[in-house]
Amino acid sequence: MNKNTQRTIDLVNRNLAKRYRAEKRFRFYGLLSISFGLLCLVLLFTDIIGKGHSAFLQTYVALDVHFDADVLGIDNIDDETQLTVANYDGVIRKALLERFSDVRSRRDKRQLYALVSNGAGFDLQDVFRERPEQWLGKTETLWLLADDDVDTYVKSRTASGEAFTGRLSENQQRWVEALIADERIEKRFNTIFFTSGDSREPELAGIRGAIMGSLFTLMVTLVLSFPIGVAAAVYLEEYAPKNKWTDLIEVNINNLAAVPSIIFGLLGLAIFINFFEMPRSIPLVGGIVLTLMTLPTIIISSRASIKAVPPSIREAALGIGASKMQMILHHVLPLAMPGMLTGAIIGMAQALGETAPLLMIGMVAFIVDIPGGATDPATVLPVQIFLWSDSPERAFVERTSAAIMVLLAFLIVMNTLAVWLRKRLERRW
Amino acid sequence: MKKTLITATLAATTLAGAQLAAAARDYITIVGSSTVFPFATVVAERFGRGTTFKTPNVESTGSGGGLKLFCNGVGVQHPDITNSSRRIKASEVEMCHENGVTHIVEVLIGYDGIVLANSVKSRPMQLTRKDIFLALAKEIPNPDGTETLVANPYKTWKDVNPALPSTRIEVLGPPPTSGTRDAFAELALEGGCKAFDWVAGLKKKDKNKYKSVCHTVREDGPYIDAGENDNLIVQKLNANPNALGVFGFSFLDQNSDKVQGSLIDNREPTFESIADGSYPVSRPLYFYVKKAHVGVIPGIKEYLAEFTSERAWGEEGYLTEKGMIPLPDQERAKVGGNVKMLKNLAM
Repeated sequence: MNKNTQRTIDLVNRNLAKRYRAEKRFRFYGLLSISFGLLCLVLLFTDIIGKGHSAFLQTYVALDVHFDADVLGIDNIDDETQLTVANYDGVIRKALLERFSDVRSRRDKRQLYALVSNGAGFDLQDVFRERPEQWLGKTETLWLLADDDVDTYVKSRTASGEAFTGRLSENQQRWVEALIADERIEKRFNTIFFTSGDSREPELAGIRGAIMGSLFTLMVTLVLSFPIGVAAAVYLEEYAPKNKWTDLIEVNINNLAAVPSIIFGLLGLAIFINFFEMPRSIPLVGGIVLTLMTLPTIIISSRASIKAVPPSIREAALGIGASKMQMILHHVLPLAMPGMLTGAIIGMAQALGETAPLLMIGMVAFIVDIPGGATDPATVLPVQIFLWSDSPERAFVERTSAAIMVLLAFLIVMNTLAVWLRKRLERRW
Repeated sequence: MKKTLITATLAATTLAGAQLAAAARDYITIVGSSTVFPFATVVAERFGRGTTFKTPNVESTGSGGGLKLFCNGVGVQHPDITNSSRRIKASEVEMCHENGVTHIVEVLIGYDGIVLANSVKSRPMQLTRKDIFLALAKEIPNPDGTETLVANPYKTWKDVNPALPSTRIEVLGPPPTSGTRDAFAELALEGGCKAFDWVAGLKKKDKNKYKSVCHTVREDGPYIDAGENDNLIVQKLNANPNALGVFGFSFLDQNSDKVQGSLIDNREPTFESIADGSYPVSRPLYFYVKKAHVGVIPGIKEYLAEFTSERAWGEEGYLTEKGMIPLPDQERAKVGGNVKMLKNLAM
């Protein structure tokens, strides 16, 4: 007996070092996995931020614009239509020609005009219309939006004078360098990126339209999926008998949660667009399709949080004479709410990042006008990223990364909110 | 609380439904080719800014997908215009007719060049269409000269043509669903395939056989499906100087610091060589308009006018700035005239 215990303790002692080593290795593997994940995250962020940060700045060119009544074609400044259709591009071109007076040939002139964005005329119209009586016939130094090729050139310009010339001709480079030497080129914060809709001109493109589209789509999704999901979860947990039908439903819900999202898009196309003849590309249809996709997530998380409410609370409520409905509405739901909200937010975050089902119902589209409601054609943030990443223009590369940064910011906010809500409202039994 | 929530939800849904039913579409819907997409969107944007009409919606669904949606029927839920990087097929016209889309206006807008490019880090390639065919076709005529087909045995460019470098054949290109791939097969591969007289002779005897020989791309590795995203192909070429990539001219134009076009039949892919037709691998771009929607959906006529205006599709128009190759003057005048009269498609 004594001899026996002796032997056991020897055995333990002999193996102890080995077991410690195994323990250390085990911990190390976990640490390694986390570091690998973090490394990937850091790589992703540095790549995106490295490419995208320059999109938050936009190049502007200062020109002495002479508001010549003849060139503009305005003889009466009170006439609204005259102010609208006036030839603002004409005065910009004239200002460019005055600055570079040696430009003669038609080809060179076209190249010169290309230094300033196509949208500059519209900006000029806006500033001019604020005080037409003061400015008509005067010369003002104004900062105008530069073309995307100029923008890329200026941004890639290093101290040693090397730059990505891209599509700029040698003449154009010379002109830009002259403007830089005169300090007539400046990089400013790119407000257009946040205030305008999509555009084919990178310098005029913004994500406001996509953000509004995402907002309307998510609103429809939330309004539909949260009540339906909670109601379904309550019924399944509190009322439904346990038989093979409810088992079947449970299997199907879990199954739906794993169905590829493109299938919901096909369903949406077949039912809402082809059968109900709803228009393509609208957030209402997008929201309904995403509802179908997020419902399983919300039902599963709601059921889990209802299940976590201790039965003693239900029994106490019933014991003092509450009806089943009162028990659920007054006790179970309020206690389960934090878990259900967390599930809903995670479901929403998932819906925010979804593109595949929207492809089928026409939300992967070029839409310039900023949507004003759930029935206006719209696109969403991830789709905007996809569309820009596929555009040939060089300046869209940085805008793609910038849009990814905005999307990531939204996702981080939503997920932080979910964690915070859980921490804040969670109760331990 | 719960009650108000439910009532609010119901009210919101009914309201949205009612609004939908009442809304006749007041903007143009355009679907179709991803190649025409960059051009159609520019016109749409200009049109939206320059007129009182709303900006048209442009979706990129691919040529085939676009025509399918377009031919689904007449009515506000169906698109008004579809873009295509190939001509409409007789079978598609038939499908349109069956669904009541009987009057279609065809607009030929310009050309697009397809380039084979490699990284600027290596030297530009000088290829002929025959080289391209021999390097990329699944089956090629037996090198011993007999009139039989063998599975493509070539591994390096030097095997194909002794004048070429001895690098491995590696071509990144679009997947089979892409219009660019179809056009590449039709123009580059078939062009090289015809160089063999007996294969060219097959066209009359056995058309299907001819097509399968000339259009089938090899699947044993040298041709790599790189997805629809042309920017991605450019990036991959940059990382692998030995590979070639297949994509549209506008991407070459925008990335001239990273990639260079290969010479095909001694022609460099430039704006000028594609416009005058001397560069052999270029294809026409079209869009199709549903005549029944003209006058119902506001702005279609004006959109057509904008697209066919000299400042858009002309030699120095803004579409050329985006990389589209304009039609010759005479053809432009003819197509423009047909569009003005909304002349019906004649196959």
